[in-house]
Amino acid sequence: MFYILGFGAVVSALLMVTNKKPVSAAMSLVVTMFCLAGLFALLNAHLIAALQIIVYAGAIMVLFLFVIMLLNIQEKEGRVAGHIVLLQFVAIAIVGSLLVIMVNQFKMDGSLIASGQEASQFGTTKALGKILFIKYLLPFEIASVLLLAAIVGAVILAKRRIDDSE
Amino acid sequence: MLGAVLFAIGAVGVFTQRNALIIYMCIELMLNAVNLTIIAFSHFLNNMDGHVFVFMVMTVAAAEAAVGLAIIISIFRNKATVSVDDFNLSKG
Repeated sequence: MFYILGFGAVVSALLMVTNKKPVSAAMSLVVTMFCLAGLFALLNAHLIAALQIIVYAGAIMVLFLFVIMLLNIQEKEGRVAGHIVLLQFVAIAIVGSLLVIMVNQFKMDGSLIASGQEASQFGTTKALGKILFIKYLLPFEIASVLLLAAIVGAVILAKRRIDDSE
Repeated sequence: MLGAVLFAIGAVGVFTQRNALIIYMCIELMLNAVNLTIIAFSHFLNNMDGHVFVFMVMTVAAAEAAVGLAIIISIFRNKATVSVDDFNLSKG
């Protein structure tokens, strides 16, 4: 399982780096993120694996695709939109098949994990939460402040652009 | 090992690509490679502090992606390009 996921991660990372189209690169990055999430799950870091899928494959990639679509539509407004539609179909097909594969893999992971889970609390949400809120409380709070600063910064950057265009 | 390979691929991408969006993706890839290495060490040393660190790295990556993409949009509106060859705004 490690070799499958590792190979998938490396191949999709190479695809991402060598790709010229941002959308294809983003899709390859999603594949890499899923493979890395599988690797995290194999390394008994279940919460981190779940966070990886939610934060990266979910939030950050949606952000990336949103920006790509926004820029591309403006960039290629005069051209025929047929290949863009085709690209969207391909992307949806890739994501769908990926989802099926990942569900199957997590089923297999579940059977693997269930055998050794009772041995230790390592990597569980409970153990991570205890460490996070007791030992590393201050960095946790600083991270929340950082996120707030990032939100404010992004909003200000986007807002200034609108003011300039008006 | 795998983390190092992924980090190397990401670094190559940063230096070879001309598209700012793909460069951001490569930075994300490098951060994830480091995450993988940290998680692997954390697993083999049986120490969960690494998970907290990965958590923080993910937070920083999310913040960085949000601000970076906002900057890209801002630059695109001004210069109508996402190629880093055309970015010379730091010149005084």
